[in-house]
Amino acid sequence: MARLELSNLHAEVADGDEKILEGVNLEVKSGEIHALMGPNGSGKSTTAKVIAGHPAYEVTEGEVLLHLEEGEFGDEIEIDDDQRSWNILDLEPNERAALGIFLGFQYPAEIEGVTMTNFLRTALNAKIDEREELFEDEDADEDDEEDEGFETSPMEGPADEGEVGVAEFQQILQEKMEELDMDERFAQRYLNAGFSGGEKKQNEVLQAAILEPSIAVLDEIDSGLDIDRLQDVSNGINALRDEQGTGILQITHYQRILDYVEPDHVHVMLDGQIAKSGDASLAAELEDKGYDWVREEVYGTA
Amino acid sequence: MSSEQDHLKETDTEARFEFKKEQNAAVKSDKGLTEEVIRMISEDKDEPDWMLERRLRALKQYHNMPMPTDWPGQPDLTELDVEEIVPYIRPDVDKREGVDDWTELPDEIKDTFDKLGIPEAEKNALSGVGAQYESEIVYQNMQDQWEEKGVIFMNMDRAVQEHPELVKEHFMTTCVPASDNKFAALHGAVWSGGSFVYVPEGVTVEMPVQAYFRMNSEGMGQFEHTLIIAEEGSEVHYIEGCSAPKYGVHNLHSGGVEVFVEEDAHVQYSTVQNWSKNTFNLNTKRAIVEENGTMEWISGSMGSKATMLYPCSILKGRGATDTHITIAFAGEGQDIDTGAKVYHNAPETKSTIESKSISKDGGRTNYRGLVHIADGAENSSTAVECDALMFDNESTSDTMPYMEIEESKVDVAHEATVGKIGDEDIFYLQSRGLDDDDAKKMIVAGFIEPITEELPIEYAVELNRLIELEMEGSLG
Repeated sequence: MARLELSNLHAEVADGDEKILEGVNLEVKSGEIHALMGPNGSGKSTTAKVIAGHPAYEVTEGEVLLHLEEGEFGDEIEIDDDQRSWNILDLEPNERAALGIFLGFQYPAEIEGVTMTNFLRTALNAKIDEREELFEDEDADEDDEEDEGFETSPMEGPADEGEVGVAEFQQILQEKMEELDMDERFAQRYLNAGFSGGEKKQNEVLQAAILEPSIAVLDEIDSGLDIDRLQDVSNGINALRDEQGTGILQITHYQRILDYVEPDHVHVMLDGQIAKSGDASLAAELEDKGYDWVREEVYGTA
Repeated sequence: MSSEQDHLKETDTEARFEFKKEQNAAVKSDKGLTEEVIRMISEDKDEPDWMLERRLRALKQYHNMPMPTDWPGQPDLTELDVEEIVPYIRPDVDKREGVDDWTELPDEIKDTFDKLGIPEAEKNALSGVGAQYESEIVYQNMQDQWEEKGVIFMNMDRAVQEHPELVKEHFMTTCVPASDNKFAALHGAVWSGGSFVYVPEGVTVEMPVQAYFRMNSEGMGQFEHTLIIAEEGSEVHYIEGCSAPKYGVHNLHSGGVEVFVEEDAHVQYSTVQNWSKNTFNLNTKRAIVEENGTMEWISGSMGSKATMLYPCSILKGRGATDTHITIAFAGEGQDIDTGAKVYHNAPETKSTIESKSISKDGGRTNYRGLVHIADGAENSSTAVECDALMFDNESTSDTMPYMEIEESKVDVAHEATVGKIGDEDIFYLQSRGLDDDDAKKMIVAGFIEPITEELPIEYAVELNRLIELEMEGSLG
């Protein structure tokens, strides 16, 4: 069980003074699905990016805390008492990823020349390494220096101790792709390069399935999907929660995806704050009536 | 294997390249360029008179030609003092033409090549490896099966002695005459070592023929000459690697490469070069391609203070094809000026140029290209694509694609992109667990992937590793 807690979070654009988040409070636990809704420009994507550590935003006030529990990363990593709570704002994006934070992008980067297989295996191993470092017993001997010798090739070389090797990874990848109903040729394509909008979204869910995060923030993962692909993606998200116990913060404009991924909690964001929270019925109400009534209810103005 | 060698193999890549050996030369020329020095080189090689005459003629041409100083945006060569360069060092190897058994090499040379991983490549049953140390080929091995088919792969100096007709006809005559440019003339005067490859009609050499050039001494020049003759319908892939450690004095590398691609023949010439950052790397490489022949130039240019290198294909016969794939990496204080030249002198000729460059910490890369389509070369086509990747705002990248099109029935395409390594791309990879450095390395590895996929695995790995080291700034 992990718990992500946003507390009075204020943030602005790093090289300007444009305030975007003005005191966000939110808590997501493993196994829960939260929907974060709201009109354009209300701060939903910024919230996602700040959680993941995007350098374009500066946090001016508040905290993002991640609470971990025993067994969070299996039996191999022991979590001491003093390592159960992290203010992740102090950490690099890759360190946050290692602690189990995942951001599903609305517009994922396209990286030419890097195959999906190579990328995902590298990411998985980087995460394992980083976890070891973050939870390392400081007295432990440092004999696992990386081998820079000629014998190990960065392209095809044998895995270092504790790493996922090529063959083992192929199997993991193949299984996850089958679950998501993805074409096996996907594995040899370059990361997001030339992918359709739907393929990109599917790929984000695939990455989450492989990296097994504790908390996944999915930024408009439903935009630009046809109905079939929406179902595939939704199945993937439900599997994340059901099989891995991932806590999900689902950012969306539309009720549509919530028909397939049923939220435990729905939050409405207005002007950089969570204006209203409720259960799944709130989403339906928003679909019906738009956002203005929330504004009216909360601020007393339209 | 001795424990010392074991130790050497365990050292990291940086140490392997920076590793220097005590000089132990049998013969070392004086500095500078005089007739006496040229005569001494020729005499030490026991050359026939015609070769000495060619050298002396080239020397005259060298002295009569001005330094190239009027190219727009060209690298600064003012610090290059050719008179201070030692043009010839013969290492102390018993057999003059090099040994064919690795164990016969002096330990210092073995150690150097061990560190560079050459025996590894050799052990992998490659068809042939030649290793040049300073001015001479010191080791050469070629599988017997190729020799039986009439393939010749040997030290260029030895080819002068053993195959004088072939060499006399092709050596710096029609392809790269000494009069071509100042550094071709210099090369013609002081050339030493290099490879001679001859593939008879209809023979396909399936495994790459490899050579490795190592410049080890301070203030020296390396001037290897590579001559490849691929007879009608033959096929060969020649691959070379080059490196030099860094010294306080400037080194000069001025190689010459001549490739003859006869009718229906196919030659691929691949090179991964990593010169020390005080080396001036000024080369002339050219191929003449006959009817339906194919020439492929694949090159990774790393290191050096300044590089000027524009491999050239002359598409002489109908239907001749040329492919250029180049990658350049410039770090702090480096000016890498590379590109490609293609002359379409016959109908239905085709060329493709793909150039990739990376600049970092104030380095400069430049793509300088020339595509000439002659009047009458109808139905020819060319496609040029230049992509530049910059790490920061201090680094620069230029593109100078000259197109001289004299024929109207042709297809010409040019595309250039210049981009800074994207913050969003880095963040995306970081959010997946890669740290900042690994994210950048992955983006660059992807950027150069079109090159690495063309290379044999050892070279692809080496190229990736070199680029990683460059990005960490850990290569002197």
